[in-house]
Amino acid sequence: MINIGDILLTLWNQSGFAALIAGFGEGGWQNLVMLTIACVLLYLAIVKKFEPLLLVGIAFGCLLSNLPNAGLYTPELWTKFMAHEIGYGTVMLEGGLLDIFYIGVKSSLYPCLIFMGVGAMSDFGPLLSNPKSLLLGAAAQLGVFAAFFGAILLGFTGPEAASIGIIGGADGPTAIYLTSKLAPHLLGAIAVAAYSYMALIPLIQPPFMNALTTPEQRKIVMKQTRNVSKTEKIIFPIVVTVFVAMLLPDTAPLIGCLMLGNLFKECGVTERLSDTVQNALMNIVTILLSTAVGATMVGSTFLTVQTLSIVVLGVCAFALSTVGGLLGGVVMCKMTGGKVNPLIGSAGVSAVPMAARVSNLVGQKNNPSNFLLMHALGPNVAGVIGSAIAAGFLLSVFG
Amino acid sequence: MDNIGILDAGIIALLGYAVVFFGLILLMIVVIAMGKIFMARDAKAAAAAAAAPAVAAAPAAVAADAPTAPGSAGQLKLHDVEPKTAAMIMAIVADKMGKPLNELRFISIKEVK
Repeated sequence: MINIGDILLTLWNQSGFAALIAGFGEGGWQNLVMLTIACVLLYLAIVKKFEPLLLVGIAFGCLLSNLPNAGLYTPELWTKFMAHEIGYGTVMLEGGLLDIFYIGVKSSLYPCLIFMGVGAMSDFGPLLSNPKSLLLGAAAQLGVFAAFFGAILLGFTGPEAASIGIIGGADGPTAIYLTSKLAPHLLGAIAVAAYSYMALIPLIQPPFMNALTTPEQRKIVMKQTRNVSKTEKIIFPIVVTVFVAMLLPDTAPLIGCLMLGNLFKECGVTERLSDTVQNALMNIVTILLSTAVGATMVGSTFLTVQTLSIVVLGVCAFALSTVGGLLGGVVMCKMTGGKVNPLIGSAGVSAVPMAARVSNLVGQKNNPSNFLLMHALGPNVAGVIGSAIAAGFLLSVFG
Repeated sequence: MDNIGILDAGIIALLGYAVVFFGLILLMIVVIAMGKIFMARDAKAAAAAAAAPAVAAAPAAVAADAPTAPGSAGQLKLHDVEPKTAAMIMAIVADKMGKPLNELRFISIKEVK
């Protein structure tokens, strides 16, 4: 006869509540803390609207992977994978649902597909009409290397420091791409820091913009740049792919996908593909990427002093990248005899198009008839290329 | 390269920043060269068009002499922009500047391609 007591006992023993109580002293409390953090992140995403498209998935992934006994994500499998003891096949057979999602992060599939979407949504026209914008995109990578140096001072290893530094590139897919290759155990903390700070750009950047430029400089009205022909826009992604991938082959996956997406948009004969990449594909990959990244936020690896250091270094990286871009803008303003508004320099930190909008807003506060948006989009998209080059350099040194 | 010293880290940071500049400066040169080639081509095409007989100029001159609508602030030239889009742009600009539309004068609206 069926023993109802045994069935109920088995159900209880298999439940997450039993696991939480039994293992409270051995890591169970960490699960509770992580569940609380997941709820805080959900609050920030839903109520405060901090990058909700990504943060909702990240927070929910974190929630799912910290549910005791759910077995959705298995960090031990990935430790073995990193030690080359098992391959993707074993992960597919033995892993949980989020482990399977995570294969797309580990293999760099998702960041590259997101970059394709970014490319399809980007207009390189402002950059082509004012190629000097590329210098501002380079100057704004200051935070990447300053934070890298700071991380080494705080005792991080080279690959970890490189992954932390790339937060300064203000480019989520690039940060995830590099971290998943160099320091996968820091992926959750770095992704959360990168996307949270990107949402905070309108708060982080303006104080530096006001401190490093004079009111006269902020009022400068820039001349309209030349018209860019369709042919130039079609040739540009091809030239950049060949040129940058030859210079730094490690950037080829990111730059290749970014420029393929842009070519879909510009060539005029692949409207359906461009539309798919910009909308359906981008949305699907965002769901998979954010949930998989959130799943890596397991208590044992996330609740460390390292995470706090990453949060601090991340904001420093963002701030220093803004400073680098602004200083570049000030130099360019002086060298051109006041023809360039230095505020567009801060847009070089990537974060398309948020940083360009902030340049425009601060410019309009000082001169309401000044429209800097198109001028700021040049350094903005240059920053995307610049952060990919920075990631390629760090990958070639530490990869 | 896992554990590196402070001096090595400093060198890598400086070298990395220099590599980013180097890469983007080279790219800038390529883009400038590309732009010059296209601008020269466009200038040639424009010169060829100017050299063509100015037969179509007469109707344009008539249009330029047409009287402006009452209360309007002169002619507005539209380049590759639909009148509906132009109206929308003018309304947005007026709203952003906080000024009535009839106190602003728009000279031309051009789509930047």
